[in-house]
Amino acid sequence: MSTAAVTLPQRTHVRTLSWAIPALVILVALPWVAGEYQTILLAYGLVMGIAALGFNLLLGYTGLLSFGHSAYFGVGAYTVALMVKYLGVTSMELFLVGAVGACVLVTAIFGVACVRYTRIFFGILTMALSQVLWSLAFKFFWVTGGTDGLRVPTPTLLGVVAGKGDKIAFLATAYYYYVLAIFVVCVAVMWVIVNSPFGRALQAIRDNEVRAAFVGIQIRKYRWVAFLVSGVFTGLAGALWVPLNGLTTPDIMHWTFSGEIVFMTVLGGFRSFTGPVIGAIVFNYLKTYAVGYTVYWQLLLGVVLVVLVVSLPTGIVGSAERLWARRRSR
Amino acid sequence: MLLETRGLVKQFGEFRAVDGVAFRVQDGEVLALIGSNGAGKTTLVNLISGLLRPDAGSIHFRGADVTAQSVHERIGAGIARSFQLVNLFDQLSALDNVALSIFSRQGKTRKLWALAEADRPVWQEALEILATFRMDAKAAVPAGGLSQGERKLLDVAVAYALKPKLLFLDEPTSGVSTREKSPIMDTIASVVRSEGISAAIIEHDMDVVFGYSDRIVAMHQGTILADGTPEQIRRDERVLTTLIGTPEAR
Repeated sequence: MSTAAVTLPQRTHVRTLSWAIPALVILVALPWVAGEYQTILLAYGLVMGIAALGFNLLLGYTGLLSFGHSAYFGVGAYTVALMVKYLGVTSMELFLVGAVGACVLVTAIFGVACVRYTRIFFGILTMALSQVLWSLAFKFFWVTGGTDGLRVPTPTLLGVVAGKGDKIAFLATAYYYYVLAIFVVCVAVMWVIVNSPFGRALQAIRDNEVRAAFVGIQIRKYRWVAFLVSGVFTGLAGALWVPLNGLTTPDIMHWTFSGEIVFMTVLGGFRSFTGPVIGAIVFNYLKTYAVGYTVYWQLLLGVVLVVLVVSLPTGIVGSAERLWARRRSR
Repeated sequence: MLLETRGLVKQFGEFRAVDGVAFRVQDGEVLALIGSNGAGKTTLVNLISGLLRPDAGSIHFRGADVTAQSVHERIGAGIARSFQLVNLFDQLSALDNVALSIFSRQGKTRKLWALAEADRPVWQEALEILATFRMDAKAAVPAGGLSQGERKLLDVAVAYALKPKLLFLDEPTSGVSTREKSPIMDTIASVVRSEGISAAIIEHDMDVVFGYSDRIVAMHQGTILADGTPEQIRRDERVLTTLIGTPEAR
C-alpha cells in the first residue's frame, strides 16, 4: 500500500542529481576552456540566475508577480557600495552579510504592505515601492552619487585572495569560482525550500487560496516569508553583481530592471525550477550580443519576447522538457 | 455542548442572510441542516468556519468564544469544513491534497528546511486516509482528473485529515448521480461515526437527510424554523409546507 509514498522521494532526488552534476562539471571546467571574457559573461549570468531564482519563488511557486525586484537587487548592490564608501570595508563576506541584513530589513517592511494584495495590485505596489528607492538613489546624490553611481573596488575573498593587479584575471578566475560557489549554495537552498512542506504550502496558496486557508495555512504570513526569502536571494545577487560591474548606478533600481528579471524568468519558464536560471543566463548573452550588434537592441529583445510568449509559452525549459518527453515516448 | 451560536446575524446590504440564529451541535452527533436556497445554511457555515465575520452575535466552541478567531485558529481548535463547489488543489494528486492537510495539522508547513517527500509517516497516513475513503486506488491521480463523486469524497477527506472535532459538509452529494449518492454518504457516515466526529451536513436530498442524521435543523429566511429528530421533523407542519412541499413527501 505504501509503494507510492516510498518510491516517490528517491525518484525525484535521482532525477535532480542527474541534471545537477553534469551542469556543475561544465560550470567548473568552463574557465579552462573559454576565454576570460566568456567566463566573466557567464559570471554575470550566474548572478542574474540567483536573482531570478529568488524572484521565481514568488511568481512560479506563490503566484505573485512582483514588478519591484530591482529594489532588492539595488539594496544589495548599494549596501556594498555604501559599506565601501563609509566603512572602508573590502571583505566580500562582510559585503554579503551586510547586503543580506539590509535586504531582510527592506523586504520585511515592504512585504507587510505588499502581501495584503494579489495579482495586478501586488505588481503595482511592488513597482511603486521600488520606484521610491530608485528616486532615493537618483536624488540623494551626496550619499548615492546620483546618476554617476558609486564605484566599488575589487574586494578580498575569504580574507586572503585580493583583487590587486590584473582585475580581469581576478574576475575570470577567483571571483568566478566565488560566484559559482554561492550560486550552487543558492540553488541547493532554494531547491530544498520549494520541496519543503513550506514550499508545498506556497504552491497550495498559488493554486487555491481559499482552500489553502481551510487546511489551516496562514496565507499572508506565508506570503510574507516567501517575499522575504525571494527578496534576500535577489539582494544577494545584487551584492555579487557590484564587484563584477565595478560600479552601481540607479539604473538597477529602476522598474525596467525589474522587467528584465521578469523577462528572463518567463524566457526560461517560470513553471519549472531551473527555468529562471537558464533564462537568466540566456538573457544575459542575448542582451550582451544585442547591445553589441545594434543600437536598437531593446527593439530586438522586445521582438524576441513577443515571439517567445507566442511560440514557447512554457519557456525554454518547459518546451525542452516537452520535447524530451515526446522523444522518449517514441 | 460542542458548538453554540448566540444571536448570530449576517447582513448583505439590506438582506439578512442569517438573522439571530442560535444553533447548537452536541458531541458526536450527525445533524442535517436543511432549507431552501437562500435560507442561510451556507452563510451560517461560513460564519462558523470563519470565512465570513458576523455582524452581531457570538460563536462558542468547546466553551471558548471563537467569534474573533481566524480561520487558522478555528481549524486548530477543531472546526473543519468541505465545500459545496468542490474546492481542491486540482494540479496536485489526491495523495498530495490529503498530505498537505496533515503537514498543516502537524505544524510542518512552517518548515523551510526539510524535504516534504522524505517525511514517510505523513505519506503513510495520507494513504491510510485515502483508503478509509476508498480512494487509495486514485492516490496518484491529479484531483482535477477525478470524477465528480471522487472529488466530493476527496474534499471531505482533505477536511477529515485535519482531525477535526466538528466537520461541516456543504452538500457532499450535490452534482453527483443518484446512484453514487448512497455509497458516498455510507462512506462519510461510517468514517464520521467510527471516529466520533460531530458532523453537520447541509443537504437538499431528503433521502440523505432522513437516512443519515440524528437530528435535523431546518432553516428558513435566515432563521431556524424547526429543530428535532427526523421523526419530529417529518411530522412538523411548518417544515412540510415551507420546505418539503407536500405533506406526503416521505
